[in-house]
Amino acid sequence: MEKKKNIFAALFGEGVRNRTFSFIIVIAAYIILESMRRSGSLSSLFTGLLVPICCYVIAAIGLNLNVGISGELNLGQAGFMSIGAFTGISVSGCLASSLTNPTLRLIVSILVAMLVAVIFGLIIGVPVLKLQGDYLAIVTLAFGQIIMSLVTNMYLGFDENGFQFSFVENRTKLAKGGKMLLSGPMGANGTDRISTFTVGAVMIVLALLVVYNIMYSKSGRAIMAARDNRIAAESVGINIARTKMLAFVISAAMAGAAGALYGLNYKTLVPAKFDFNTSILILVFVVLGGLGNMTGTIIATVVLVLLPELLRPIADYRMLTYAIILILTMIITNNPVVRKFFGGLKLRRDTAGREA
Amino acid sequence: MGFLSYLISGLGLGSVYAIIALGYTMVYGIAKMLNFAHGDVIMIGAYVSFFALNSFGLSLPVTILLAVTVCTALGIVIEKLAYKPLRQASSLAVLITAIGVSYFLQNGAQLLWSSSTKVFPSVFGNGSITIGSLSVSILTIITIMTCIVVMVALTLFINKTKTGRAMRACSEDKGASTLMGINVNSIISITFAIGSGLAAIASLLLCAAYPSVFPTLGSMPGIKAFTAAVFGGIGSIPGAFLGGLLLGIIEIFAKAYISTQLSDAIVFAVLIVVLLIKPTGLLGAKQNEKV
Amino acid sequence: MSDSKLIVLDVKDLGIDFGGLTAVNDFCLQIYEKEIVGLIGPNGAGKTTVFNMLTKVYQPSRGQIFFCGEDTAKKTVVDMNKAGIARTFQNIRLFSKLSVLDNVMTGFHNSITYSPVSAVLRLPSFRAQEREFTKKAMELLSIFGLEDQAGQMAANLPYGAQRRLEIARAMATNPKLLLLDEPAAGMNPQETEELMDMIRLVRDHFGIAILLIEHDMKLVMGICERITVLNYGMLLAEGTPDEIQNNPAVVKAYLGE
Repeated sequence: MEKKKNIFAALFGEGVRNRTFSFIIVIAAYIILESMRRSGSLSSLFTGLLVPICCYVIAAIGLNLNVGISGELNLGQAGFMSIGAFTGISVSGCLASSLTNPTLRLIVSILVAMLVAVIFGLIIGVPVLKLQGDYLAIVTLAFGQIIMSLVTNMYLGFDENGFQFSFVENRTKLAKGGKMLLSGPMGANGTDRISTFTVGAVMIVLALLVVYNIMYSKSGRAIMAARDNRIAAESVGINIARTKMLAFVISAAMAGAAGALYGLNYKTLVPAKFDFNTSILILVFVVLGGLGNMTGTIIATVVLVLLPELLRPIADYRMLTYAIILILTMIITNNPVVRKFFGGLKLRRDTAGREA
Repeated sequence: MGFLSYLISGLGLGSVYAIIALGYTMVYGIAKMLNFAHGDVIMIGAYVSFFALNSFGLSLPVTILLAVTVCTALGIVIEKLAYKPLRQASSLAVLITAIGVSYFLQNGAQLLWSSSTKVFPSVFGNGSITIGSLSVSILTIITIMTCIVVMVALTLFINKTKTGRAMRACSEDKGASTLMGINVNSIISITFAIGSGLAAIASLLLCAAYPSVFPTLGSMPGIKAFTAAVFGGIGSIPGAFLGGLLLGIIEIFAKAYISTQLSDAIVFAVLIVVLLIKPTGLLGAKQNEKV
Repeated sequence: MSDSKLIVLDVKDLGIDFGGLTAVNDFCLQIYEKEIVGLIGPNGAGKTTVFNMLTKVYQPSRGQIFFCGEDTAKKTVVDMNKAGIARTFQNIRLFSKLSVLDNVMTGFHNSITYSPVSAVLRLPSFRAQEREFTKKAMELLSIFGLEDQAGQMAANLPYGAQRRLEIARAMATNPKLLLLDEPAAGMNPQETEELMDMIRLVRDHFGIAILLIEHDMKLVMGICERITVLNYGMLLAEGTPDEIQNNPAVVKAYLGE
């Protein structure tokens, strides 16, 4: 009997509690917010933030797999979001007449966006994952900058004769009824706004499912082993590059999906939206939420997206306050005394759980 | 313009990057942290110089002294208030704090001085020296000369002084340095002070070349200089110098011969290629873990 | 050693240089199946360097390593483990944030065959294999007396238990040859005694060969059937514990003039 409990505890351990909890809060939040939205008791500002919050949560869950579980700093998550966003917008744009059901079109666009993000993830990942530590981080930063620079110079049009593409200068000559999908620095204009909160919430649940099921499997153990001790991981036959790649590509796929959902939520979207600051923003969600802690990531994302909005009454000082809150949170949560206090609480809870 | 003049303006731009990159690389070498707020110290330096020259009508030497003093003090204060409490924390926590400091400085500047762009006065004039068919602006010459002076002074400081030796010791092993009686905290403070002082000098050179001052002016040069530091091998002082110069030259050549719009993409692509060939940068130390 | 036994490991004239400095040279070693061999020598003799070459953490500069008759020249660290060499480390290298059970489970990495997709979809193949290998891992843990700590984080184990966990993890990779780098370091006499029994048990239970580096002469003389002595990167002597103890060159190397 004793042994059986141990196996269970080790297999699912703390994870199972945390996991169930994160699904519950996502679903509960969805039900509450969606019914409030339908009854019209949500402010328009808040309603407008529902889809973007979903996007950031998905991108942050993916990034946490990369940074928290795999332990590699990634400063280019916005690059994958950008790829996803403009792929999604383009796909949706050219399917507008052939696929009239908006939800179906949204799903197809997101899937294609994910696929393209995965391809870029593989291309950038294969050589890059040979690097380690801060050098890997800087390459992901460089990648994000390159993507932004490339998208800013892309012109893509679509008419009855098919696609027209040009680079740096706009040389597309569209027939009557044609549509510009990408217009260089102007990005995408006149996008059909088909993203919905429901699809966003479903995507969060799926993202959590994928991350948790990977974490508590052979792959997840290998990813964490490679993070904890690279040399020992190799010594038990774990292929480090392949393992890190899996985490990197799943993270890219999630950023791609999040980007598509984001892009299809706005009428206009400029490439500069997905700059270095956006990559950093998502990283802040992950670090504040706790490395490897998906529930924490979701909560941190929601709080930090809403915080500037909640600080609106102090208008001019809101971003300054945001910065101060950020610094103080890092200092306080890393204070040895505070850590010891929370460590003690956690230990007590665990012991209590084991005795029960 | 020919190849040679592109090369010289590349060296000019690269000199500015190199001076900024020195700040990144020194802080990384000693404190093992990526100080993302470094670019914003440049911005503060630019505003200080702007007001000193424009509103108070101070002379150039006094302005430089003032900017260096303010930035040095700012660097020390940032380190004491924001980074020192995190000495034992993970590098990611320090990184996020640095980002918080960066937001703070940018938004603080916006509140104090508004987000509208201010035009930086001409400080070094528009003069140029012509040798044969080659024309080089005085500013470029001053910039390159400044970079050389900074580099020589810093190398002498690191290698010949007691403090410099202590800095090298700290970058090797902080624990052992403490045992040897080195005050690690004051060494870290000095490192931030030097890096920030250099940022002030860089801000003047940067604004002399691109005469507009705005709250986010430090971001892009900051990222580029950080790239330069990694390019040369982060933690290595000659590496930052070399990385900065090369980055400047690559950027100017990319603009001149390939495409202005794509120059950033090219710069970063070159960085990726270099790191794939030399995974720790051009002059970076190889990281070997003892098994 | 009788020739009827199979040679597991055959090392010929192995050598490595670090930047012009020769760390190990002309190193030869044969290990037969089910044999426990000791690798001893003064500090800095190059013992761990030999381990690092055998597992390809370092690429040898000269010489050949044949494992089960196969030349391993082109193999990587991962390949060497797949071929059947597992090891522990002098400075313990556990996956500190994983549970004790998961540390052993990582050892099954290449035995578990389900794909990430079946893990995400929680397909029957995933469930069946997780159940099977969790059971196997628990069996291994109970051999090493760690079954009660299965759910604990590896970093929280006491020192001796960490050393045992490292061996358990290595055994999970189903090796033919186990390399132990100072397994008794930091253990008290009582723990060392238990470790000796455990090493013999591992050899008998799994029928594998073991090569171990150790400074504790009581352990080395107690369980090793043959001993190889390394000094300044060179082979100094080879023989049974008795022969080694009475070898004047060995005594000189250890005690000085």
